[in-house]
Amino acid sequence: MSTTTDARAERVTHSLVRDVELPGGAGVLALVTLDNGLDHTKPSTLGPLGMAELTTALEGLAERAGRGEIVAVAVTGKPYFLAAGADLTLAAQVSTHEDALELGRSGHRAYRLLGEMGVPTFAFVNGLALGGGLEVALNCDYRTVASDAPALALPEVGLGLVPGWGGAYLVPRLVGVERAMEVILARPAANKPYKAQEAYEIGLVDALFEAPDFLESSIRWAAAVLSGEIVVERRELDPAPVWDAVVSATRRQLDAVVQGSRPAPYRALDLVAAARTATKDEAFAAEDEALADLIMSDEMRASVYAFGLVSKGKKPTGAPDPQLARPVTRVGIVGAGLMAAQIALLLAQRLGVPVVMRDLDQERVDKGLAFVRSTVEKLTSTGRMSRDMGAKILATVHGTTDITDFAACDVVIEAVTEILPLKKKVFAELEDIISPEAILATNTSALSITEMAADLRHPERVVGLHFFNPVAQMPLVEVVQAAKTSDEALATGFAIAKKLRKTAVLVADRPGFVVNRLLILLMGKIVEAVEAGTSVEVADRAVAPLGLPMPPFALFDLVGPAVGLHVLTSLREDLGERFPVSPGLQRIVDEQIPVVLNAPKGLPKPVDPSIQRVFGSGEAGGQGALDEAGVLDSVLTALTREIGLMLDEGVVSSPAQIDLCMILGAGWGFHLGGITPYLDRTGYSEKVLGRRLLPDGVANVPAVQVA
Amino acid sequence: MTLAHSGAPRRAVRDVVFVEGVRTPFGKARPDGIYAETRADDLAVKTLRELLRRRPELPVERVDEVALAATTQTGDQGLTLGRSVAVLAGLPTSVPGFAIDRMCAGAMTAVTTTAASIAVGAQDVTIAGGVEHMGHHPMGEGSDPNPRFVAEKLVDSSALVMGATAENLHDRYPHLTKERADAYGVASQAKYAKALANGDITPGLVPVATRSTALGWGLATADELPRPGTTVDQIADLKTPFRPGGRVTAGNASPLTDGATACLLAAGDVADELGLPARMRLVSYAYAGVEPEVMGIGPVPATERALRTAGLTIDDIGLFEINEAFAVQVLAFLDHFGLPDDDPRVNQYGGAIAVGHPLASSGVRLMSQLARQFAQHPQVRYGLTTMCVGLGMGGTVIWENPHHADYSGHSDPSAGHTAPAPTTAPTDRES
Repeated sequence: MSTTTDARAERVTHSLVRDVELPGGAGVLALVTLDNGLDHTKPSTLGPLGMAELTTALEGLAERAGRGEIVAVAVTGKPYFLAAGADLTLAAQVSTHEDALELGRSGHRAYRLLGEMGVPTFAFVNGLALGGGLEVALNCDYRTVASDAPALALPEVGLGLVPGWGGAYLVPRLVGVERAMEVILARPAANKPYKAQEAYEIGLVDALFEAPDFLESSIRWAAAVLSGEIVVERRELDPAPVWDAVVSATRRQLDAVVQGSRPAPYRALDLVAAARTATKDEAFAAEDEALADLIMSDEMRASVYAFGLVSKGKKPTGAPDPQLARPVTRVGIVGAGLMAAQIALLLAQRLGVPVVMRDLDQERVDKGLAFVRSTVEKLTSTGRMSRDMGAKILATVHGTTDITDFAACDVVIEAVTEILPLKKKVFAELEDIISPEAILATNTSALSITEMAADLRHPERVVGLHFFNPVAQMPLVEVVQAAKTSDEALATGFAIAKKLRKTAVLVADRPGFVVNRLLILLMGKIVEAVEAGTSVEVADRAVAPLGLPMPPFALFDLVGPAVGLHVLTSLREDLGERFPVSPGLQRIVDEQIPVVLNAPKGLPKPVDPSIQRVFGSGEAGGQGALDEAGVLDSVLTALTREIGLMLDEGVVSSPAQIDLCMILGAGWGFHLGGITPYLDRTGYSEKVLGRRLLPDGVANVPAVQVA
Repeated sequence: MTLAHSGAPRRAVRDVVFVEGVRTPFGKARPDGIYAETRADDLAVKTLRELLRRRPELPVERVDEVALAATTQTGDQGLTLGRSVAVLAGLPTSVPGFAIDRMCAGAMTAVTTTAASIAVGAQDVTIAGGVEHMGHHPMGEGSDPNPRFVAEKLVDSSALVMGATAENLHDRYPHLTKERADAYGVASQAKYAKALANGDITPGLVPVATRSTALGWGLATADELPRPGTTVDQIADLKTPFRPGGRVTAGNASPLTDGATACLLAAGDVADELGLPARMRLVSYAYAGVEPEVMGIGPVPATERALRTAGLTIDDIGLFEINEAFAVQVLAFLDHFGLPDDDPRVNQYGGAIAVGHPLASSGVRLMSQLARQFAQHPQVRYGLTTMCVGLGMGGTVIWENPHHADYSGHSDPSAGHTAPAPTTAPTDRES
């Protein structure tokens, strides 16, 4: 995927204006519809041409308002959308700071007309309103929202930008400064837009109307506001001490979580901090500057690249013809452990076919079934799953100790302990029971699938389906093609992943595939440094500039040191010394030593300094000790080398596929573009591999500008 | 005290009242009409929503039925309209619904059918109405008339073309001339324009948000079809599309129309319980068949039957709302009952020739307008709504005016009967 090389024409969102007679002879409201003329699969976005059209339309309406021809202006959107924001692809093609400034200014020129029309202005938020789309509404005097509008949000900070078309100035005025931090910073970080009801409750919108006659209700409400029959109360500006305290607290939170890894959250915070006393002119000018600086930042370009990867990732690269996929009418799961039970639950829910879990004894089977039942009960009791769906799942998942119960399965997925001979034995047993066409899948995270299939009569039926824990939440599945995997088996694997609503990435049968290979390598380099005398605290802090979801030892804690050590050992056996030995880690596993301290919710758990004792000499210091920069350098060098090797080995078809895996499988940030854009922009790929991983400009601000 | 159990109690027939009626503005059934890009079922949804909005005192779960009519029940008028529109309008899933068809008398039949359910005590509150998007569904769309109709001469081939049946009516009653029809059509336009100016039309309308791909969202707030200021001269030479040298023209017939109507009916006692207004009390109704070739005469036998059932005569009727599919069919009705062409009691707000006739939905428009006229004319005790129906039928509903001094009431099931002796208190609850 590429956002800067395949430049495309703007999908112009038009501003269609019609006059509407208000009820009760209240006069004429000019209703502006934002509509790109395309169907519901192409949300309206705002690019330069569309913005110019909106400006012209609003200028015309301001003149009509001046002549007394209209008493109000309202903006709404084509069905299902108000607008999905600025045209990101176009924004990422801007080549000069001046052009970037103009992008911000053009938005302000159009939008501030909404706040300075001379007659009251309304936004009727009929559907999705994101970023610049929501800012259209924020700049109006009043807002209504349809009960079925799926998402209202300012996701800019998550994309390396700021809400720079008035959002940073207007939101704290509307909802208060504390809530504004949630709207502008916290929600984008959690990727959690507001539903209509929530937006209404916090005051982002003034009225909520049911969907079937939303527009009619909104127009009636507008007439009542105009007549004074309805008065919308606005909150007072928060006092300076409150404002400052919230800003300081947020800054501390950013320092703890974002740790300076990207500029956008700080720029957004600065804008909100200044918004209390700034005039509208000053605030909008500051928004323009922040937008321009960020548009010309590599972090923003990497974010747009990453956004594109994730959007397009739903159509897997290199997958065989979906027509080749075998019908799946019954699935077997070997094992009833935690991973097996999670997979069984998701399969039952999304595939809607019978799922049978088999383990060696009834106790383990019962434990697996109990997990499914308790999870379903938790979901139904909190309303996240309907009772009917819960009942359907519980009726769909069966347990057994009899392996012959797999006879009628089209697909059997093994999720037993990661011991190669054990898995080979399971497959060999299965082959005597299942039909010759049935697919065998393995959820192994590091073992060779080719080896696993080697002694089978039909090794071509074996495919890897590597899920991540927790299975229901993690969006990635690595679909593994072993040496003899048939297109039918592979296509079936992709089909299952699709039905589970996962993003599937095709990977070769190489140890650790993509995500584990790089994650474990990173952790390996950290413990290697510690074994050599680096302070655990230094090592834990060293990768902070990357802005990963959590520090290395917290990740160890989450994965479980035993699992981490097992994969590290396994990768070392297959891939060699690059994956270091760590006697300290072995001790942590053996003695079950906790590796992190507790932290308040939302803050990363720091390493427990006392574990220094298990590593190396037992004390920090000495010749091998590194500082933070040294550890970071060793990690980035190792990652770069490894990615180079992975591409040589054909683990995936392109660096972009590695990025997609790291974003969805490890939660690595959009601002890194996954990882390869970061390695390119920090010079590691040139230094270690002698070449860039991605072409200049694909996920960064290109060095050579094309006029 | 022991009571011999004698089975379920028998219920007296209950009175049915018309609580509220609304309609969408009527639009031109053409690609440039206001509803060209609006779905028929969405039009119906707007009318249901408006009924509920106007009657906040009605708990929505008390609605026992949604009966909606359409002549062509496919596409956006398919899928069991009453039920699907109820769901789309956000009524609780516990509210059932059905679709109904009696061509032009669809909504009228929805009213009388659910009124009958109320009367026998099966239901308390119902919604009845209709929709016809003739732009999306030209009359007869997708129908496959049985060849026996023609082969066995069951009906004349003209019977399926409504304009041709109107020409047949002119043939049968030669004294109902084109000039009289034209004059009637012009008067309809004038009466509508006057009613609109008097504020008698708009209060019954539901504004409808209409989307146009080219123009964006708009709001339909007024009828699109009326031609105020039409004169006899202007329409004298219009084409006669149904017969060369014929008499039926666009000036004396209703135009092709998109629109929806809905009304709220309730048992009289339930209306009182919930505080719902009773705008009309249903007195009687009737449907009758006539030769399909002259379907326009249908209102005559239907009205005679309804009057007979009610024990009334035509002289008792103080206001008439008769659907104007064609002027000649109204004239035939007036002629039969000895009423002048310009009788002031008839179609005070004009009629379908001016406002349009979205087939299955028109019946409720007649009722809503009669209800408004009842309030304006408390001296009138009885009124009727009547319409001709394709394939040779007529339908008539007679209503009583609650504003009249001698109004018979609607909440005492024993009204008109000997009152039962008051209960002697106290009852012996111990034994």
